[in-house]
Amino acid sequence: MNSLARAKDKISSGGRLERDEILALYEENDLLYLAEAARSVKETKSGKKVFYTVNRHINLTNVCSANCPLCAYQCRSGDNRAFTLELDDVEKILQDAAQVREIHIVSSLHPDKDFGYYLNAVKLVKKILPHVGINAFTPVEVVNFSKLSGKSIAEVLSELIGAGVTSLAGGGAEILSDRVREIICPKKCSAAEWLEVMRTAHKLGLKTNASMMFGHVETIEERVDHLIKLRDLQDETGGFVAMMLFPFHPANTELGKTFNLQGVGSWENLKMLALSRLVLDNFAHFKAFWVMLTLPIAQLALSFGADDLDGTIGEEKIIHAAGAKSSSGVTRETLKKIIIEAGYQPIERDSFYNDI
Amino acid sequence: MFVKGELEKIERKVLNGERLTREDGELLFACKELSWLGALADYVRKKVSGDLVYYNVNCHVNLTNICAARCKFCAFGRGGDDKGSYAMTIDDAIKLVTEASRDPHLSGLHIVSGLHPTWSFEHYLTFIETLHEKFPRLYIKGFTGVEIQHFANVSGLSVKEVLIRLKAAGLEAIAGGGAEILSDRVRNLLCPKKATADEWLNVARTAHGLGIKTNASMLYGHIETLAERVEHLIRLRDLQDEPGGFQTFICFPFLPKNTALEKSIKQTSMWDDLRTMAISRLMLDNFKNIKAYWVMLTVPVAQVALSFGANDIDGTIHHENILHDAGATSPTHLEEDEIIKIIREAGRVPAAVDCNFRRVGDEQFSTRKG
Repeated sequence: MNSLARAKDKISSGGRLERDEILALYEENDLLYLAEAARSVKETKSGKKVFYTVNRHINLTNVCSANCPLCAYQCRSGDNRAFTLELDDVEKILQDAAQVREIHIVSSLHPDKDFGYYLNAVKLVKKILPHVGINAFTPVEVVNFSKLSGKSIAEVLSELIGAGVTSLAGGGAEILSDRVREIICPKKCSAAEWLEVMRTAHKLGLKTNASMMFGHVETIEERVDHLIKLRDLQDETGGFVAMMLFPFHPANTELGKTFNLQGVGSWENLKMLALSRLVLDNFAHFKAFWVMLTLPIAQLALSFGADDLDGTIGEEKIIHAAGAKSSSGVTRETLKKIIIEAGYQPIERDSFYNDI
Repeated sequence: MFVKGELEKIERKVLNGERLTREDGELLFACKELSWLGALADYVRKKVSGDLVYYNVNCHVNLTNICAARCKFCAFGRGGDDKGSYAMTIDDAIKLVTEASRDPHLSGLHIVSGLHPTWSFEHYLTFIETLHEKFPRLYIKGFTGVEIQHFANVSGLSVKEVLIRLKAAGLEAIAGGGAEILSDRVRNLLCPKKATADEWLNVARTAHGLGIKTNASMLYGHIETLAERVEHLIRLRDLQDEPGGFQTFICFPFLPKNTALEKSIKQTSMWDDLRTMAISRLMLDNFKNIKAYWVMLTVPVAQVALSFGANDIDGTIHHENILHDAGATSPTHLEEDEIIKIIREAGRVPAAVDCNFRRVGDEQFSTRKG
């Protein structure tokens, strides 16, 4: 049997996909075969349920010392787009957040703010909304906190947990290859560091998400290796809750300009979603992050293995800086409607996929 | 694959090449198995039309937006004194096509317009004659069944005579619009002043009899029922059996913005668009081509539609007016390179064609005569 035949055999009768088999499925490019198989996996894991949450994104600052070529959001202090929220700003954002189930905090690496600044923001959220999940900080930020404070990763994570963080955000993984990271985000934490933060968090009982940003300078093999690294760590710890795919938005980025990148089409987006669902057989949930995909494609993604539309979001800044065309927030009714239309049952969830 | 019961029976029929019934069509619209529908339609597409995806490098020419019909689903038609109304002169049309001809790959024109209340058939005919004379290497596809019926009404000629004169003037194919939903219930409510369902079908039948190829379409997502969508597809399929001359079928999702229905009807979802595409491919078993019209679907949806039964992605258009009046969010034109990239990413083979699906390329180009 060749790789493709083996892959299909495993998909119909069970079994873990190996690297050559994943690449063969990618090469074959049979979008709807992948869709049906991924949807069937989704329905085995979460039946007819599709999750969403009522959340708010808080981006504390966009001033950043990493200046990654992949990013349209970050800027230097003094730039006229620069902003940095103080505690009373955060308080204002949370004023009308009574219905919110999850607060998502991710920010840039501010050159002048210490670890305490971020801790205090979390403590404030916890004080105002004591029962709400706080999904905050990517491993990139955690590594930065460790450098700023001189504390170990485990100590930083313990303090974050103590302040109220209930799960870590899944961003910053980009492509877990140091060759790629050298080009797209040379000052960010390495692939090994990203994985180590997640491993440590999981050991401390802190759940996290995972992600992949694709469609820039990475090869298909590097995408597959990325997925396998996540799968291996999940085997070891079981601490990943949900996976997200981020198609790279090239507008307003250095990387886009340098390599004249166009961004991938809806075909590639949906194909990668379905393929990732098949590879990450030990992940329970896949998000169709509508901010990046647009709502229509996110709805369609429910047929390609996704089981979570993420949230209502409030105000999203990072991806819109890179030219995202979706609106920056939607209502609960809109999310429910598109889930029902897709033949699924909408379930409002908390950070841990408990039905509310 | 992954379905049971009635759907499994339908799947078996499709795999055996058997024709689907009206009941089958209604069941397909009732089911929620989108990727199954897509995979089945994709199977048929591959069998019927292979891996080529057709596109054309074309220019839309809308001679006027002044229209006597003023259908409720239309944001393009206007009264003669309304703001934004226009009527091209022959020189305007020549100017537009001259500009579009700067693209050496331009292969043809798509001409559809309002039913101008005071223009004679001869006047429309003069546009065709003149454009054909000035641009002999460009194909001219033009006029929907609705316009042809209107020409017959205003000229006193038969539909057949109208078509013969248009063909003599240089028209090579008839556009697919104006079919809307082929149900007089729906047409009486939305577009009572234009060709009836039977009239639209009669124009297509007459054209086919004269050896003129036409396209077909369906405007859905307004007040029609799902059963009426199925009925519409069956009426097209029956005519194509006669034998017909339909070349491609186009799904038009209704865009409500700036129309009389804006307040009462919400735009269709991608979900509905893709299942309708797939079901059309499955029902229209005697159509070779199904078009994903990117202007209405948007480019991302049109790309995905290539795996839901479509094998035709329309063209570069030069500048689209009619649907952008109705709030279309797609660009008003696409570059040929972009179309090629979209098709290739979907793992398919781009093929530039003229209005009769003949391949055009650099070679044919220099030798092709009008």
